[in-house]
Amino acid sequence: MDSLESYLFIGLVLFCFGLYAVMTRRNGVAVLMGIELILNAANLNLVAFNRFGGLSEQLPGQVFALMVIVMAACEAAVALAIIINLYKTFQTIHIDEAREMRG
Amino acid sequence: MHTLTLYALIILFLPLASFVLQIFFGRLIGPRGVWLSVGAVAITLVLALTMLFSVVLGSPMEHYPELVWFSLGDFSLTLGFQLDNIAVVMLVIVALISGLVHLYSVEYMRGDVRYTRFFGYLGIFTFAMNGIVLAHSLLMMYVFWELVGLSSYLLIGHWFEKDSAADASKKAFLANRVGDIGMFIGIMLLWSVTGSFTFQGLYELVDVEGGNMFAGQMGLLSVAGVLVFMGAVGKSAQFPLHVWLPDAMEGPTPVSALIHAATMVAAGVYLTVRLFPILTPDALLFVASVGALTAVLGALIAISQTDIKRVLAYSTISQLGYMIMAVGMGAQQAAFFHLGTHAMFKGLLFLCSGSVIHALHHALEHTGDHETDPQDMRNMGGLRKRMPITYATMLIGALAISGVPLFSGFLSKDAILAGTLAFAQHHHQWWAILFPVAGFGAAAITAFYMFRLIFMTFHGKPAKAQVNRQVHEPSLVMTAPLMTLAALSFALFFTLPGINPLHAEGWFTKIIPQAENLTGYPELGVEHLEHGFHQAHSQAVRLSVGVAGSGILLAIAFYLLGWLDPKAWTQKLQRIGLYQLSRSKFYFDEIYDALLYRPFLWLTAKIAWLDWDLWDQRFIDGLGRGTVKVSDVSGWLDYHLLDQYVVDGLGRVVSWMGAVGRKVQTGRVQNYVLWALVGGILIVIVAANF
Repeated sequence: MDSLESYLFIGLVLFCFGLYAVMTRRNGVAVLMGIELILNAANLNLVAFNRFGGLSEQLPGQVFALMVIVMAACEAAVALAIIINLYKTFQTIHIDEAREMRG
Repeated sequence: MHTLTLYALIILFLPLASFVLQIFFGRLIGPRGVWLSVGAVAITLVLALTMLFSVVLGSPMEHYPELVWFSLGDFSLTLGFQLDNIAVVMLVIVALISGLVHLYSVEYMRGDVRYTRFFGYLGIFTFAMNGIVLAHSLLMMYVFWELVGLSSYLLIGHWFEKDSAADASKKAFLANRVGDIGMFIGIMLLWSVTGSFTFQGLYELVDVEGGNMFAGQMGLLSVAGVLVFMGAVGKSAQFPLHVWLPDAMEGPTPVSALIHAATMVAAGVYLTVRLFPILTPDALLFVASVGALTAVLGALIAISQTDIKRVLAYSTISQLGYMIMAVGMGAQQAAFFHLGTHAMFKGLLFLCSGSVIHALHHALEHTGDHETDPQDMRNMGGLRKRMPITYATMLIGALAISGVPLFSGFLSKDAILAGTLAFAQHHHQWWAILFPVAGFGAAAITAFYMFRLIFMTFHGKPAKAQVNRQVHEPSLVMTAPLMTLAALSFALFFTLPGINPLHAEGWFTKIIPQAENLTGYPELGVEHLEHGFHQAHSQAVRLSVGVAGSGILLAIAFYLLGWLDPKAWTQKLQRIGLYQLSRSKFYFDEIYDALLYRPFLWLTAKIAWLDWDLWDQRFIDGLGRGTVKVSDVSGWLDYHLLDQYVVDGLGRVVSWMGAVGRKVQTGRVQNYVLWALVGGILIVIVAANF
């Protein structure tokens, strides 16, 4: 089972779960979790391509994945702050309540 | 600047300064300020007299300063003075009469609503007249000519609350305009041939013995001369434009004195005297005929008038006819002489009549009588005892105008009559005799109606005894001018150092020589003319004393002693229609009314109909109405089609598209993510397949 396809398949499943969570959950925190899943699906892909793509000595995939993790941490911080503000404004964290931008 | 130029400038502009002062500051300074005007004219009199004395003492005045007003290419127009002997004498006459009239008006006009303004108008009148006297060119004279017209209009209409005064001022102005148009055409005709406006230039360029620019077209020069003379016909009230002068009596009496003696009517004679050298024999004959006709006509009308001022007005017309006739006969010196003497005694007569009217007016007011006309001689009579100074001075004036020896009128009239006799002897045609007949006839009639005036006013029984008791002599301010002018009506003042009362030789004839006609009249030159006058002189003296005496005797018989009954004779004359002719002034006003005014009014009414009813109402307004219609349609199209459908439709389309588009913007983040996903999938599909 040690092949590129199996990693990519797991990454795809992970991405799909994440996307599904982002698109269906009303809870802002759950949406954030979905986003984390998507990011980690991407990380899995990066690491897999690094291993099977013939660039294993330089480890660019791992480095990129680390960068994404750091960025994900930052994003989580910012996104949580947004959710707190959302709660302060609308007394809820359900994102479909915030529809001020409706045209 | 030359001293004489300075003098002339001061004489010219001081009365104008008086005008400006009285018009703009008159009310501010108050009634006492009019003495400033009197003083201004007095100064001009002193300056004019200074010049006159230097001329009389032997240095003839020949000073022609000029300055270029403007130049256009080769053409340049100059302003300047023609200071010669004639101008100096005229300046003295104007300043003297004007000064005395100013003085007289101080008392006469007292209490008038426009007291100070009246003096302002007198000032501009004097200014305008001085301008005419000093002008060195016809064009400059024309400018002041019009100013005289204007100021006469203002003064005649001084009491414009009276309709008759307002009408009279308009009539005077319009009658003068008729003459002035002819004058202007004449000036332009002279200029178009000679290229000169100045008298000196014209004298040079028209001289038959020099380079006459009219050579071969003397007819044109005759026409030009007659046209310029038209101006004099208007201003000097000659037939057929004399109708304005009697109506001008509506002005205050001092104005009448000024107009009749020194300013307005004198201007016409002055122009003719100036023009004499370039008038052709044909033009001169025309001038003489107009003058003779006017002299007789004026005298005939004066006989039957009852308004004291109108008698004097017609006598002025008659005397001006004399002067004009004299110029036409070639007796230009005599004409100017008569202008000078006439200024004195006619000014005197008018001021005397003013004194009578003034006294009677106040007496009537005092007795509470507002109906009686204080100018009608039938309401006078017996004033001799009440107003001795006025009586004495007016008698002197009447003697002078009638041509009685010892008085100035005798000398000048005699000179003119000698001129007519010489003319008749020189021309052998039958009609030449008409001129002396007219001259002597008018002289006889003049003597008759002047003494009729004296007797009706001062002698006999007073028409209203209780009014008569209230009449009294006016103050010295009014009688001083009378006495001054009465003194100047004696022959002595015009003949010094000569003292022969039958002969005009003296300072006047010395400084005003007989001018030479430059167009070849008469054929043998000026000496021939003077010789003729000399020959005719003694004959003229006898005849003129005869006619004046008979006129006076007839008046005495009619009005003083009652040997002949005026009423009976009036009826006799009425039966053959002569009395009505004279009484109604030969129907001139009626004829003009029927032949000129009414057709003219009819014509203007028709033209007004064309202009207003047809052109304005139908065409112009129709155009407006059409435009309104067109704009209504255009506005409907604009609003209902363009605005409602095209413009608003565009808006509605955009709004509909917006309404559709806005539905995409749900505001739900997850929707957006979904759309992004769909987009991503599409991109992948497209990228994979192409």
